[in-house]
Amino acid sequence: MKRQYDMLVVGGGPGGAFAAKTAAEKGLSVCLVEKRPAIGTPVRCAEGIGKELLTDFLPPDPKWISTDIERAELVAPDGFSMLLEPSKAGNEVGYILDRKVFDRELVWKAAEAGTETYVKARATAPIMRNGAVAGAVIEQHGKKYEINADIVIAADGIESKFARWAGIDTTVPYKEIETCAQYLMTGLPIDSKRTTFYLGNEIAPAGYLWVFPKGDGTANVGIGIGGDKSGDGHRAKDYLDRFIAQKFPNGKTIELIIGGVSVCKPLASTVADNMMIVGDAARISDPITGGGIYNAMYTGRLAGQTAIAAIEAGDTSREALMPYDTTWRASKMGKAIERNYAIKEVFTRLNDEKLNSIVHSISKINLEHFSTLTLLKELMKANPSLLLELRHLRSVL
Amino acid sequence: MNLTMLNIRRDICGYCGACVSVCPEGALELIDAYLTVEDACINCGICEKICPLGALEVIKE
Repeated sequence: MKRQYDMLVVGGGPGGAFAAKTAAEKGLSVCLVEKRPAIGTPVRCAEGIGKELLTDFLPPDPKWISTDIERAELVAPDGFSMLLEPSKAGNEVGYILDRKVFDRELVWKAAEAGTETYVKARATAPIMRNGAVAGAVIEQHGKKYEINADIVIAADGIESKFARWAGIDTTVPYKEIETCAQYLMTGLPIDSKRTTFYLGNEIAPAGYLWVFPKGDGTANVGIGIGGDKSGDGHRAKDYLDRFIAQKFPNGKTIELIIGGVSVCKPLASTVADNMMIVGDAARISDPITGGGIYNAMYTGRLAGQTAIAAIEAGDTSREALMPYDTTWRASKMGKAIERNYAIKEVFTRLNDEKLNSIVHSISKINLEHFSTLTLLKELMKANPSLLLELRHLRSVL
Repeated sequence: MNLTMLNIRRDICGYCGACVSVCPEGALELIDAYLTVEDACINCGICEKICPLGALEVIKE
């Protein structure tokens, strides 16, 4: 480990990896630290991603793709189920990834581009100079290293502390954390090309339950519930166990995966002097789906590009890094977060009766694209009277 | 004198870090595979509530 780099990346998930790779490819000296002993593990993810979103970043590789999804099923609280088959209209749906392999691959690519990578290496404090971040104290194997950097990328995920240490409040309001539990299961009688989403206040209050197939009768069976709905005897794992006992009594559990997904507004600012915050640490996972892989890769790459320009210009002040913040907010991703936040605020308050009628009405629509936006637009068209409470959302759609 | 304290049940904790994100005081930290709580903890109980496994408990003495 050197004492000085152009860029220090805290966290080796997809956001950190893309920031590092992008900057290293252009010749910046980059150091990436990951506190865990292995990249990509433990998994904290349901592993789904839209096909079009992924191919923005790298060509699909069977090595880290568990399944190619062709259809999605939505199950209403009353048990009524509808099938979405955009693939019939020639449109792409999504993949279920193998994050353990995927994340490794991304960091591998960052390393090949020239990034120095250190695992079991944890940032324990920022180095502050004149009130600005100037690097970080890194602990590895019982030793402390002071690593200076012109730019630090905070890519430390949901449990992010780095930006907070540097003076930015990153607290997720507890009503806006989805508390999640998931089992990787095998021996399931499921359609291996179909994701299933279960809605309902009895099943998954202020969230949803998912079955994402991973091939050969295996699947990620998981749930996220609103933080304010969680408590003793009714936690994410309790809801999930109840569902599995009823639905998959003969399934075998291979792995327990847990985690938190923020569904709050993004941080008010994702830049500071000499620092950019990317991915889950910036609280930019999608407030409706909870998806965050694309958002992390997008902001990671953008932060890398912004760092290159800033270092070339010799100015890494907050002002010089501000294009990172304004660009992602104005992007398709930024707009989707804003819109889906507004939609989430309405949807998490709907009772089962309302959810039932919504699913019943969507089932009458022939959906050719698979996206929350298409789904909602068509829903509004098909049944305006049902959605009186969503009136104010017309402007964001 | 602090009469309450936050107990981390390490046998239950899955070290996912969800609690770290909601802590209003920044008192929790996830160090690789274990969770730590610092003196800044105000025993508000938010982490206890949202833990997906129920690994945290505010103990009133």
